[in-house]
Amino acid sequence: MKHLVKRRDILKSSLAVSFSLTTPALALAKTDDMTAAILDTFGRLPKESDAILLKIPPISENGYSVPVEIEVESPMTNKHFVKKIALFSDRNPLPLLAVYKLTPRSGLAKISTRVRLGGTQSVHAIAEMRNGDLISAKAKTLVTVAACVIL
Amino acid sequence: MANNIRIAAPKTVRKGEVIELKTLIQHAMESGYRVDKRGEPIPRKILQKFECFYDDTLIFEAEFHRGVAANPFLTFYTRAENSGILKFRYTEETGEIFEDSVEITVK
Repeated sequence: MKHLVKRRDILKSSLAVSFSLTTPALALAKTDDMTAAILDTFGRLPKESDAILLKIPPISENGYSVPVEIEVESPMTNKHFVKKIALFSDRNPLPLLAVYKLTPRSGLAKISTRVRLGGTQSVHAIAEMRNGDLISAKAKTLVTVAACVIL
Repeated sequence: MANNIRIAAPKTVRKGEVIELKTLIQHAMESGYRVDKRGEPIPRKILQKFECFYDDTLIFEAEFHRGVAANPFLTFYTRAENSGILKFRYTEETGEIFEDSVEITVK
């Protein structure tokens, strides 16, 4: 009996080991187009933060023109300002939607625009601060008529 | 194609005030994903860049990709330091440039 229990334990632990070994590989396999686009733009991945406010209607009737508003908390002084804001889509054929470069002369890190969305999805806003911080926020929208469908 | 640029900016402002600037340009932002009536793909033709100069100092820049809606609309802000000219410049991927400017007076 004792012997059996031991064997079971060994089996369990070996299972655990194989799991911990495969998990990072799985995470890598999930690296999708958007993550690739984020890495391509910023070279690293951001941290989610409340300092970005991303406003997008919960229901977008027309995917060809979806209003988006981004506001980043920042004093916008020469020492502390938002350098760059980028918008990403997790469903469009091209995840990178637009990039905005700001300066201390901007006064306020707030932008609104209109984007095309190819279906119900989350839009991600990523901001790079002067001190190197990279922060993000996301917002989901239900798209009734998707853009990028071949008519 | 006449690319009509519209700009909304206050005419007179107080020094140091953060002002809202709005701009819209008529442009199809053809994504290259669409096809015409005969099923031929419509070639891509988008605006790639927008720049805003405050008396020749670049204060704001945007890079557009195919996910930007047709007739790009943009709202952004700037701190009014002095009376001057705000120049709005759009660059198409063909290299063509569309420009317009407004004057603001700081009181």
